[in-house]
Amino acid sequence: MSKTVITSSGNTLTSKFDKRFGRAEFFCLLDEATGQTSFIANEFKDANHGAGTKAAEFMVEQQVNKIISGDFGPKAKELLEKFDVQMVILQEELTIQAIVDRISKK
Amino acid sequence: MARRISPRKVVAPPSFIGFKPYGVITENTDSVELLYEEYEALKLADYDIMNHQEASKLMGISRPTFARIYESARRKIALALVEAREIKTSYGNAWMEKNWFVCNDCLARFTIPKNITARTCPVCHSFNIALLNV
Repeated sequence: MSKTVITSSGNTLTSKFDKRFGRAEFFCLLDEATGQTSFIANEFKDANHGAGTKAAEFMVEQQVNKIISGDFGPKAKELLEKFDVQMVILQEELTIQAIVDRISKK
Repeated sequence: MARRISPRKVVAPPSFIGFKPYGVITENTDSVELLYEEYEALKLADYDIMNHQEASKLMGISRPTFARIYESARRKIALALVEAREIKTSYGNAWMEKNWFVCNDCLARFTIPKNITARTCPVCHSFNIALLNV
């Protein structure tokens, strides 16, 4: 039910967290209820312009509730805000696993 | 207890993570931490050429506080230039837009959209969160 996306630089749990949103290599989809993860390659990462906006639209289509990234551009921010998607900004160097662990630890 | 640092409004964060000198003769591995509010103060005063009174109003702080932040920014940049140090930006005591929160335990910053009622950190589930725009 609750879908979380973590921007990732690779498609495994040991990959590093990617601090970019629109130009992240991969998106890690995490189901917070079951703890299941899946990875989707970011097809907008090489877009000449509007990568953040396109990625944000994609997130809205996928009905994502929460996005964890290093930063969001102004356009992506505006769009995600409008569609009530929670944005989380982390500035630490972490692996995807470390973030998943942090979220699932109650 | 010391007085709380009032949050400084930052219109836009710096569009870079840091600056690095190149062609350095003696490598200095130390870096200088430039806070967002210092970047903003420098931008308002020296790029947008505003006087301190106007700029301080924009950042929601008093003029003397603005002057201190501005001075600190200048000194840090001078230090970085003279000692060929890397400049790294960090969040500092800034707040940017409405409805941004910060978790005091894991330092994550996040929004809480209307459809979420829980006032907890989305990462570590801590209740120790604070509004960035008080």
